[in-house]
Amino acid sequence: MIRLLVYLLLALAFAGPVRAQSPADAAYTRLASDSYAEIEASIVGLAASGDPRTAPVIQALAEGRLFYRPADKALFVKQGDAVTDARTGVPAPATEGLKPVRANNKVRRALDSALGTLNLLAPDPGKRREAAEAVFKARDATVLPALEAALSRETDAGVKRTLQEARAAVVLAKPGSTEADRLAAVATIQGRADGDAMGILRALSADPSAAVQAAAAKGVAAIETRLALIAGASNVWYGISLGSVLLLAAIGLAITFGVMGIINMAHGEMVMLGAYTTFLVQEAIRAHAPGLFEFSLAIAIPAAFLVGGGVGVGIERLVIRHLYGRPLETLLATFGISLILQQTVRSIFGPTNREVGAPQFMTGAFDLFGLSITWGRFWIVVFALAVFFGLMFVLRRTSFGLKTRAVTQNRRMAAAMGIRTPWVDALTFGLGSGIAGIAGVALSQIDNVSPNLGQGYIIDSFLVVVFGGVGSLWGTLVAALSIGVANKFLEPYAGAVLAKILLLVFIILFIQKRPRGLFALKGRSVEA
Amino acid sequence: MSKTGWRSWGAAALIAGGLAAGPARAQETIKIGVLHSLSGTMAISETTLKDAMLMLIDEQNRRGGVLGKKLEAVVVDPASNWPLFAEKARELIAKDKVSAVFGCWTSVSRKSVLPVFKELDSLLFYPVQYEGEESERNVFYTGAAPNQQAIPAVDYLIKEENVQRWVLEGTDYVYPRTTNKILEAYLKSKGVKPEDISINYTPFGQSDWQTRVAAIKSFGSAGKKTAVVSTINGDANVPFYKELANQGIKAIDIPVVAFSVGEEELAGIDTKPLVGHLAAWNYFQSIETPENKAFIDKWRAFTKNAKRVTNDPMEAHYVGFNMWVKAVEKAGSAEPGKVIAALPGIKQPNLTGGVSEMLANHHITKPVFIGEIKDNGQFDVVFKTEELIPGEAWSKQLDGSKDLEADWVKLNCGNYNTKTKKCGGA
Repeated sequence: MIRLLVYLLLALAFAGPVRAQSPADAAYTRLASDSYAEIEASIVGLAASGDPRTAPVIQALAEGRLFYRPADKALFVKQGDAVTDARTGVPAPATEGLKPVRANNKVRRALDSALGTLNLLAPDPGKRREAAEAVFKARDATVLPALEAALSRETDAGVKRTLQEARAAVVLAKPGSTEADRLAAVATIQGRADGDAMGILRALSADPSAAVQAAAAKGVAAIETRLALIAGASNVWYGISLGSVLLLAAIGLAITFGVMGIINMAHGEMVMLGAYTTFLVQEAIRAHAPGLFEFSLAIAIPAAFLVGGGVGVGIERLVIRHLYGRPLETLLATFGISLILQQTVRSIFGPTNREVGAPQFMTGAFDLFGLSITWGRFWIVVFALAVFFGLMFVLRRTSFGLKTRAVTQNRRMAAAMGIRTPWVDALTFGLGSGIAGIAGVALSQIDNVSPNLGQGYIIDSFLVVVFGGVGSLWGTLVAALSIGVANKFLEPYAGAVLAKILLLVFIILFIQKRPRGLFALKGRSVEA
Repeated sequence: MSKTGWRSWGAAALIAGGLAAGPARAQETIKIGVLHSLSGTMAISETTLKDAMLMLIDEQNRRGGVLGKKLEAVVVDPASNWPLFAEKARELIAKDKVSAVFGCWTSVSRKSVLPVFKELDSLLFYPVQYEGEESERNVFYTGAAPNQQAIPAVDYLIKEENVQRWVLEGTDYVYPRTTNKILEAYLKSKGVKPEDISINYTPFGQSDWQTRVAAIKSFGSAGKKTAVVSTINGDANVPFYKELANQGIKAIDIPVVAFSVGEEELAGIDTKPLVGHLAAWNYFQSIETPENKAFIDKWRAFTKNAKRVTNDPMEAHYVGFNMWVKAVEKAGSAEPGKVIAALPGIKQPNLTGGVSEMLANHHITKPVFIGEIKDNGQFDVVFKTEELIPGEAWSKQLDGSKDLEADWVKLNCGNYNTKTKKCGGA
């Protein structure tokens, strides 16, 4: 309604006898307003003016590069250090005291819609598709002619489909369209089969035409079935993703606790140190080599391994080796170490969270048969599996792995064979801690980098190792994934809090039945 | 950090020195207790408030102190441990003989120290927004009550964004549960249907938000404008916003209005994907007033960090501390009993251009601001109330509390029942 009024006013203003101003001029001045309603109206006016010069201005505003001079409300576009006058495009001398043109959600919605209309004919298909999506969301009836024009010229099949969907959405939103048109539009929208489509169809339950209502209801039902299937699939995916995080956190512990039998309460702090290492690596890259930022995680992985491993070896040499065979004291000592590490980090980096950025390949999501999978989670799953199999390889196929297994299975015989058991202990503990450090690199992408980071994972990690069977790496993998998937299937029904409780109860019962976990080790090593 | 750390050690050393020098010297100062966690999970929020208090006390001393005496900060660390809060409070009041205590963040820590303050009849200033449903003689609430934060935020979304469907997402503890109960009653009174409200709780420190965000997304695809009201606390916010951004939920589609996300919390996030999400507070660092600019400058000078941000609970301490100073001057004594009597009616300019007043129910008047997150981690104020809103101790939305009234001046009662005309609750 307001939009129509604005059009009317603009039309009146420009139809006037003077015609000295270009249609866009009046709208420009209103951009420098304090009122969001004015700014929004101005954007609508600019987009409707059809003046080609307005496109870069709207683009600049959308990117936060549009500024105004409070004194005379002159508008400037900033591109890097260069400042140009927004109306003329002529370079302007840099001026002090420029203020950014303000934007709120309403203004941003108007911007998206305006940009959509402007970009419908852009040369880049990706941009055209984005524009069609924006029009789809805005559903502004005035865009219809532009849409038709774009449709008739479109060659890319994917973009064409999005354009048709946008056109269908606009037709459904327009009050005066015919029943036949609307029925066709419902069919097109139904083909989209996602949440947005369902939103549009649901809103049609009050449509004047009974046929449209019935078609929309049928469409909603069809989409609902499909979405329910997708929801089931996404639960599995979320479960795998949660499981991979648990696996990453627990896998180091599977060595220190599982293989060596040390109850290491400071395990979570190794994860935390790994996350802070990532932060430091990123800070260094930002300061000295911004071009390497995309590789910051790859650089952080060995660094975090060295930091976690180094601290681990230090702890083993200084504290734990004096406490072998005394589990209670080890537990208390490592708990103390975890508090010391936490407070040390808090004193150095402060109690507040540190910002770890995500490289481009870790952001956003991709679509797999309607299942939306976020890249960050996807790479973490891949990474967790890579770490798992890497560790498997080290333990099974290298001489160090052989020595580790020999020492943990029969220390005295291993010593008799000439293996330096104290060093193997230290290195094995370092390996477990180093892997925890690597886990910190991944977790820095999805969790807070704060001194408390590790605390959140320590209990879950022990749970996974115990449930999987102490000493069994495969058990850890299976336990992590099954806990993750079970949790995610329970969560939608029971809520996050209850799901966790139910899972704990189940694991307690399971351990009662099978005290050695899923994959119990058999043979002599158990008795040793 | 290390600098301020030394400062608190310095303060502790001063106290020790003061005690050692005997009663003659001890009488020359007025002691103020600072009861904020400096370690443990809440250190992330509370350390800043300890520093803010040290700055305010330092500044008052440079102005000559109060009643001709210097102020002395007694800093203790309750370590995010609720029973320890009570112990430390007792230590401050009984052993250190402080005249007032500024502290606590979580409601559970406040509830834990309450019996101590009642028993020893001392004075606590509580600076954080909370769930209401409380008014005590010994506590002064300088943070927002629900009607000073939650209700105006919901009103804004109804009016400006035309929101018809609501997700109330919270961390599982007393503040979100009570706030959501109040909001649910309020929304229903506004004609929102029960099926258009979805309430969910997650544990503290929740880091895997995939399921919840997907559920919000599908809840939002019912053809009605949807918004999320978030009472998610502390560390769980960062992964929540990250997941929102990753699943492509933008503020222009489903806006999130948060009651626990301020400048300090945003300092740890890449805020670009969050632009446009909202927060409701009674103070934003970005509000341009001369008082606020001076405060920010002083804060940055004090912490020797040109990028330090200020936040809402800091302003609450600023207002509360200055009210205390005025009340002590009015009463002519720093004795808690006299100051408690003198506090109601005290007026103090806040940092956003208004004048806050301590009310008879021990809450204060505050302006309400709605801000949108900007890409620099600051907020752009998109709405503010015309006038200062008086804090309501008892919510008018809940059955159990709508007849209750708190008035410590005339009725001398924190839960006077206007129906039964008796003091003592429902």
